Amino acid sequence: MKKVLLTGNEAVARGAWEAGVGFAAAYPGTPSTEITETIAQYDEVKAEWAPNEKVALESAIGASLGGVRALACMKHVGLNVAADPFCTLSYVGVNGGLVLLCADDPSMHSSQNEQDNRYYARLAKVPMLEPSDSQEALDLIKLAYEISEAFDTPVMVRVTTRVSHSRTLVSMGRRKAVKQKEFVRNPQKYVMVPAFARMRHRFVVERMGRLAQYSETTPMNTIIKGSRNLGVISAGVAFQYAREVFPDASFLKLGMTHPLPEKLIKKFARGVDKVFVVEELEPFMEDQIKALGVAVTGKAALPVMDELNPDVVREGFGKKRKRHPVEDTSKLPQRPPNLCAGCPHRGFYTAAKPLKPIVFGDIGCYTLGVLPPLSMHDACVCMGASIGVSHGYSRVGADKKQKSIGVLGDSTFLHSGLTGVLNMAYNKGVNTVAVLDNRTTAMTGGQQHPATGFTIKGEPTKAVDIAAVVKALGIERVFVVDPFKIKETRAVLKRELEIEEPSVIISSAPCPLMTRQKKKTPFVVHEDLCTECGSCLRINCPALTRRGGKAFVNNFLCNGCGVCAQVCGFGAIVREGEQPAARPKKAVAKK
Amino acid sequence: MAKEDCNILIVGVGGQGNILAGKVISQAFVAAGYDVKQSEVHGMAQRGGAVSAHVRAGEKIYSPLVPETSAHYILSFEYMEILRYLNYAGPQTTALINDLRVDPPSVASGGMKYPDDTLDRVKQKTKNILVVDANKVAREIGTERVFNSVLVGVLAAYLPIKKNIWVKVYKELVKESLLDINLKALDAGLALAGR
Ligand SMILES: Cc1ncc(C[n+]2csc(CCOP(=O)(O)OP(=O)(O)O)c2C)c(N)n1
Repeated sequence: MKKVLLTGNEAVARGAWEAGVGFAAAYPGTPSTEITETIAQYDEVKAEWAPNEKVALESAIGASLGGVRALACMKHVGLNVAADPFCTLSYVGVNGGLVLLCADDPSMHSSQNEQDNRYYARLAKVPMLEPSDSQEALDLIKLAYEISEAFDTPVMVRVTTRVSHSRTLVSMGRRKAVKQKEFVRNPQKYVMVPAFARMRHRFVVERMGRLAQYSETTPMNTIIKGSRNLGVISAGVAFQYAREVFPDASFLKLGMTHPLPEKLIKKFARGVDKVFVVEELEPFMEDQIKALGVAVTGKAALPVMDELNPDVVREGFGKKRKRHPVEDTSKLPQRPPNLCAGCPHRGFYTAAKPLKPIVFGDIGCYTLGVLPPLSMHDACVCMGASIGVSHGYSRVGADKKQKSIGVLGDSTFLHSGLTGVLNMAYNKGVNTVAVLDNRTTAMTGGQQHPATGFTIKGEPTKAVDIAAVVKALGIERVFVVDPFKIKETRAVLKRELEIEEPSVIISSAPCPLMTRQKKKTPFVVHEDLCTECGSCLRINCPALTRRGGKAFVNNFLCNGCGVCAQVCGFGAIVREGEQPAARPKKAVAKK
Repeated sequence: MAKEDCNILIVGVGGQGNILAGKVISQAFVAAGYDVKQSEVHGMAQRGGAVSAHVRAGEKIYSPLVPETSAHYILSFEYMEILRYLNYAGPQTTALINDLRVDPPSVASGGMKYPDDTLDRVKQKTKNILVVDANKVAREIGTERVFNSVLVGVLAAYLPIKKNIWVKVYKELVKESLLDINLKALDAGLALAGR
């Protein structure tokens, strides 16, 4: 059959579909997002954006118990959220096959930490497969479902950014016809009370033994014969780098990295003079291999952080780097990601900045407000943390001198903000929280969520009313503001920061990009009125720059939001086709 | 006949369409019978950051990333962006540079200077340099938006892939309503390379 170029994510989706998967649930997160977006295009698959990863996995568990092959996808930190069901799911096992797809992000291209999720497979005593390109992604996913049902276990498939977002050639197959199984009541297997869980833990330990046997013989784990001088043990995309750097070496290529094939590893090591372990991030395989008494070199040569690439592997193992003089690119003007032109978050921050609040932020596009000149983030931990952190901070009286505010997005609020708000209401909070509601999950590419009114398949559905939810959670002071009205937004913020009662402000305006708003008429600078003071440039809009000292609006980029016009103290910025006001109005921003 | 390895970097600024260009180029190599791997980083790139796509084609490709000093072509959608990737260049590299300046925020707000020695620094790596104004050419065709296809055409002039394959790939990847204008842009790019 003809081969096609697919990203690793597309191949995972295709493989799951070919395996007969009938249900897929996920919460978006780079680099995993496109898997669920792709699988949602198949009519045979019921696909869902869940409000968070825990709910996604729990729904997949339900689908599995209901006798259907199920998939749950998430980025690495998403598994922290889903870890509770995951670790006990291991005991419960499956009815229809269940795969947890987790995408790690070495180098943190778009993540807040660099945790190595392979340890979750050991923690939960769950088998793990690691593809090294798109073809393997498709093949291993299919195998994962066979393993899941044969061994009565969830299977973790772990990819990384480089596998997810690389295109490589794939031959595709057909969809397997799998019949929905009956759910047979069996409390000793499915109800994890201590007495039953003790029995199931014994089962899990025995299962690991059988999986270890399987790992010895599966064709996923194979020896590629090469020179006796050097043997390399590797998995995932690191295998591709190692193959390129050591073309003559012998390889033990592992597709199944938990449990490891101990006998095969020992046999491989006996057949070569020395062994390198090439793996990204932590010494996950290396530590276990050393514990077998096999001498290997791994992290003594390679870093425990950042992605690998052929150059890092080459240099780490003492092969000369081919480089001639290394160019120092660090002094070039950087291009940090920035809030887009027309972004409502810019309006909110412009309104808040003169009030100088301490901002306990959260994870989303609005985190980009940390960059100067906006500089509007003082702490940011994980999704939903803004509310708890701002509550704890104000609860101990730390904001007596300088007021603080929690800031999070709509998708993040629905993901893990509800319990935080409940806590503020219940534990006599005095803090203010702003939900920046741009009607989408913008950071990850504009996914639907429970308040947008549409499902992942684009079907209209119930749209949750965030203000009503907040009120129902016990907050009385709830206000909706338009962040493009700087003065009004600032006035509400100022009042709420001062009041010693819990309050939630919903800053409501759609993301012009992701919700495909019609472009508004751009603004222009009237040069005769521009005093070159630079206040408009301090909102950090990509459409604004200087031309010969004067401010200049790039009308191709300008989205017509008007925030710059509101901060100009001289009325110099006006919507195209309109005249400057006769007498300049007073600026709303203090310098 | 064994296919020779070809390492290409396509670099620019988020939103310029270089990811699509990378897709077109990869597909063209596939259609010409090569093993191909392509890699890019999504995510924050949409927000105006620096973006790069790696395309590797040959008989058998392992790493999806181009090794340092090993690029055969660097196609830069923006004038200074090529400087970030000079470690990938060597004497074998052909540098194809679009004469378009997009100020980074630090330059726009006046803090930093846009580099004025781009060509000198590229020349220290390679003698093969072509600067084109793809945006101007695209405007002349009818819309600046297709400047990425002009640049694909410029690169195509150097690659061992026949014209009919490019046309076929464009037919597969581009919406029908936009096909004609993109093919025109491709042609203009081929002509611009003057090969
Ligand atoms: C536990 C976890 N899941 C997923 C992500 C990936 N992620 C980062 S930001 C974000 C969504 C933010 O959406 P929203 O809060 O609406 O803010 P916006 O980007 O729209 O401003 C997601 C899903 C993450 N960082 N952590």
